[in-house]
Amino acid sequence: MSLLQLDGVSLRVGGLTAVREVSVAVPQGEIFAIIGPNGAGKTSLFNIITRVFAPSAGRVLVAGQDITAVPRHHVVRHGIARTFQNIELFDAATVLQNLLLGRHRFPHGGFTAQFAWTPAVRRAEIASRAAVERTIDRLELSAYRNAPVGGLPYGVRKVVELGRALATEPRLLLLDEPASGLNPEETRDLAFWIEDIRAELGITVVMVEHDMSLVSAVADRVMCMSMGEVLATGTAAEVQADPAVIAAYLGT
Amino acid sequence: MRFDYDTSYADAQRLLRHWPGRIAYAALAALLLAGPLVLPKFFIGEAAATFIACIMALGLMVLTGFTGQVSLGHAAFVAIGAYAEIGLLDAGLPFPLALPVAGAIAGLAGLLIGLPAIRVSGLYLAMVTLAFALVVEQAVGRWKSVTGGYDGAQVPDARLFGANIGGLVPFYYVCLAVLVLALLALINLTRGYVGRAFVGIRDSEAAAHALGIWVSGYKVLAFGISAAITGLGGALLAHQVQYVTPDVFSLNLSMQLVLMVVVGGLGSLRGAVLGAVLIGLLPTAISRLKALLPAVAAAQFGLETFIFGLVLAGFVLFEPSGLNGRWIKLRSFFEAFPLYRRRTFVRGKAYASSERHR
Repeated sequence: MSLLQLDGVSLRVGGLTAVREVSVAVPQGEIFAIIGPNGAGKTSLFNIITRVFAPSAGRVLVAGQDITAVPRHHVVRHGIARTFQNIELFDAATVLQNLLLGRHRFPHGGFTAQFAWTPAVRRAEIASRAAVERTIDRLELSAYRNAPVGGLPYGVRKVVELGRALATEPRLLLLDEPASGLNPEETRDLAFWIEDIRAELGITVVMVEHDMSLVSAVADRVMCMSMGEVLATGTAAEVQADPAVIAAYLGT
Repeated sequence: MRFDYDTSYADAQRLLRHWPGRIAYAALAALLLAGPLVLPKFFIGEAAATFIACIMALGLMVLTGFTGQVSLGHAAFVAIGAYAEIGLLDAGLPFPLALPVAGAIAGLAGLLIGLPAIRVSGLYLAMVTLAFALVVEQAVGRWKSVTGGYDGAQVPDARLFGANIGGLVPFYYVCLAVLVLALLALINLTRGYVGRAFVGIRDSEAAAHALGIWVSGYKVLAFGISAAITGLGGALLAHQVQYVTPDVFSLNLSMQLVLMVVVGGLGSLRGAVLGAVLIGLLPTAISRLKALLPAVAAAQFGLETFIFGLVLAGFVLFEPSGLNGRWIKLRSFFEAFPLYRRRTFVRGKAYASSERHR
């Protein structure tokens, strides 16, 4: 059974069809890339999966469970984590606090106990901290642990956002243009991390990306979209050679 | 410079980690405990009023400073707390029980007003809370059977184990104790997952949703907790003034509370306390200052409002992070002496996120 399955998903906004009957199945453990020109509906697809938008038609299944109608804040409970195209971090908070927010869905010792900071709360906080530190080690963020995110360089902020998504312990990681704004060295680090995330944590990765060197390096399969429709799906080489894809990018 | 070498994650949770801080807070505690023994009567009353202002400002800080929701109507929760306290004491509830229940009633009112209020944000939320405050102010004025109307209501004595603790000195300690408890509870709340969720909602709702934070739920919760703490302050305020009339809870009080949290520094509990102390003591300071001014200036109508405005404008222009920001800079100046650099606190280029989907 595929981990993520979209069945005929459409999104109409007024007269515009942002996504038109997209059906795709991503098996467990795959690295799946979505490419396409601007306005193709790639981010809209992510927003449908994470329930920012409700699709006009179609279903979203995660490990066989229909999540088309779950509340937006329950999406993470189905093991879905995401990053944003324009970084959405908590700027006034430190790197550590940002990652700890990723632990929000895990037990935290009870609400009323918070006011008294009971031993149960203390233990839960320490458990969260320990889990977050593993992510900090993995992504080499320890130098920035207590720095407020607002003042960090762009590349580091991208990594913090990836770390925050990993802190939720997802099954499915949605990366929205993870390499945009990164220099070649940072992009190479990212490629290694994405492969590590799949190999060591068993997380399925779906990413929207324009950088074809990254896509070719890590993606098992690539889907190309244009004007809300799927043009081609296959390996990076197959998709790049597809006449419809070339037409979409270069015009006819 | 000082570095924290943690050997366990529990180390990082401790509140007072360093000896200078421990000594400073012990000295502060001793000063506050010994205060009534040495201070003149007038200042004991002033200090108690300041503690109450701190409690009310702490309540607003949870809402405005942590979740970023502006309220221009927190005087309404002060009023609800105060009248609830009078009603409960009249009904025969003992003071130690009436006080938290009055806070809880104000908190319930906060939850109720929070439910519709969270549908709007920013300026519109400010308008909704302002309207709510005006409604409450009118309601307490006209609902004579419950509040005594514009004639006012006598506040029953606060009694603990049969002894009247409404006197100047005992009441000072009651206010101090409530302030310390409220402050500790909020420190714990804000350093745990609830406080992180509040800050998360303030900084990016889109990310908060994606991490599993129930944004509207937490916004309402912030309203409730904020109103409960402010209402607790209101209950104490009733005892402080002893005779409650609706004009105690005017728009002026709401504005003063906003002034306290902004001047103190949004997003910090220490800021709420510092702001409340400054704004709470300002009227007294101004009246003392008047004696030194030439008669023409001292007799001017609206001198107090003018100085309040001046303080706010000064902070917004020159120290947007408030008294708390100034405190942090001062502290690092002494910690790093003589190597402090002003550039330390100049924020680097901020990467504003556009295209937020809320």
